[in-house]
Amino acid sequence: MKILKGVISWFLLLLLGAFLIAPFAWMVFVSLHESKSAIPVMSKLVPEKAHWENYWTVLTMPNIPVARFFLNSILVSVIAVMGQLLISSLAAYAFARIPFRGSNFLFSLFLLSMMFAGVVTQIPVYLMMRSVGWLDTYLALIVPILSNSFSVFLLRQFFLQIPMELDEAARMDGATEWTVYWRVILPLSKAALATAAAFGFFGIWTDFFWPLIATNSMQMRTLEVGLSVFKNSYGGTNWPLQMTAAVIVLLPMLIVFLFAQRFFIKGVVVGSIK
Amino acid sequence: MKRQRTAWLFVAPATLHLLVFALIPIFASLYLSFFKWHILKPARPFVGIHNYSSTLVEPKFWNAMWNSTRYAIVSVPLGIIVALLVAVLVNQKLKGITVFRTIFYTPSITSGVATAMLWIYIYLPEHGLINSMLSALGKNNKTDFLNDPAWAMWALVFMSVWTGLGPRMVLFLAGIVGIPQTLYEAAELDGASMLRQFWSVTLPMLAPTTLFVLLTSTISAFQVFTPVYMMTKGGPLDTTDVIGYHIYWEAWSKFNVGMASAQTFLLLIVIAAIAAFQYRIMKNQLEGYSVA
Repeated sequence: MKILKGVISWFLLLLLGAFLIAPFAWMVFVSLHESKSAIPVMSKLVPEKAHWENYWTVLTMPNIPVARFFLNSILVSVIAVMGQLLISSLAAYAFARIPFRGSNFLFSLFLLSMMFAGVVTQIPVYLMMRSVGWLDTYLALIVPILSNSFSVFLLRQFFLQIPMELDEAARMDGATEWTVYWRVILPLSKAALATAAAFGFFGIWTDFFWPLIATNSMQMRTLEVGLSVFKNSYGGTNWPLQMTAAVIVLLPMLIVFLFAQRFFIKGVVVGSIK
Repeated sequence: MKRQRTAWLFVAPATLHLLVFALIPIFASLYLSFFKWHILKPARPFVGIHNYSSTLVEPKFWNAMWNSTRYAIVSVPLGIIVALLVAVLVNQKLKGITVFRTIFYTPSITSGVATAMLWIYIYLPEHGLINSMLSALGKNNKTDFLNDPAWAMWALVFMSVWTGLGPRMVLFLAGIVGIPQTLYEAAELDGASMLRQFWSVTLPMLAPTTLFVLLTSTISAFQVFTPVYMMTKGGPLDTTDVIGYHIYWEAWSKFNVGMASAQTFLLLIVIAAIAAFQYRIMKNQLEGYSVA
């Protein structure tokens, strides 16, 4: 009975795993077919000769600066994640460690704002960016995402678990609130900060809606929007190159994810405890 | 007193950001919705509730609302059921189970655009993955899933189960791990079968998790955009023109900022209503359980 249960479980796990992985594997195989070749049939999915040069072709495309997209995405996500960590951890510290008037109300506003995606704030934020002349610049890509309610929430949950005695002991020794935050709480919260950073990074790296609206020159596109430009300019015609571009976008994320996955899974769980 | 001031200094940057980029825009949408404004033109006459009254008699708007509703009504429960079953599956103490958890999470972190490109390919009529597999099984099928009005919406729904699995699975897993083992022991003493235990212990104990997943999934289902933009552009015959895409189209293709703002505000009302409704229903249920 127990063995049977084990066998069935393994069977289901492998089946599901295959279902989730197959599309990725398929993508990689197609990307190695000769550029402009027809869509391979199932039996010829593995190419006779692997066309690795597709990757070079995509990265050095003359009219579509994929390398530049990459650079933009890295710049935007690194700066914005650092901003998010600083700004969100400051707020989270106050919410978790200092009782102050209006704290609950303010915190519930942060929670509320987590429900709204870019779809509901796009027009006013766009007009704001236009009026200060930031459209199509890094400022428009970075400033609107410099803080993140989810990070505030996540970090607050972690900070609440740190014993209060630590703050009090530090304060007895004459430490200011800033010292407690910077020298006591933050060093104890490296895992939490890593979790917030991982979520922030993936959120920004895969954000499509805002960069699509906020930029219009090819030079300012992020990788995610650039990939859609790439897809539109190659229509349905060149599947191997399209899949190559998709692999180029996905691969760095998969690598980062494999390193950060334990933070990720932890973050999702903490995020649900209200 | 000094601490109060320090606290406000600490929350000031985040609060300012929240005000400028989340709260003010919501009220600004309401304000803008009373004007007729083509974004590239300077004229901006006040038109009162005209944008609302003309939106509410616009069949395309109702079509978009209906599309979002059926997308949410099917994709959310389906996604939740699949995620719950997968969570039960990966809760078992088997060797290498964490590897599977990671694999099952992967589709959720990947780029929306790359994922959409991949699924366009999966749904192709001739050599798409699905039709290739069907013909390998001896069934010759040439359905063009994304261009067939009967299929396009369900193609998007099916994909959302795949992309949304990760976080939902992890949430249910955490919920399951939190159920006291003594409940299962008691059920076993009463001779309850595995299925019965799942039905009478696991499911009720997971009610708070389910509420959270249901709420967040429904709200984000009503704001779905990227897959529609990439895969169907609202077509064929507007069958996948969901509200998120409809507003985008109104604002950035027709440049009717006032009209798009009115529609945004209507969407906000719908989201708030759904959240309140689901919260009420599930809350009554939760209270029922704690009494029992």
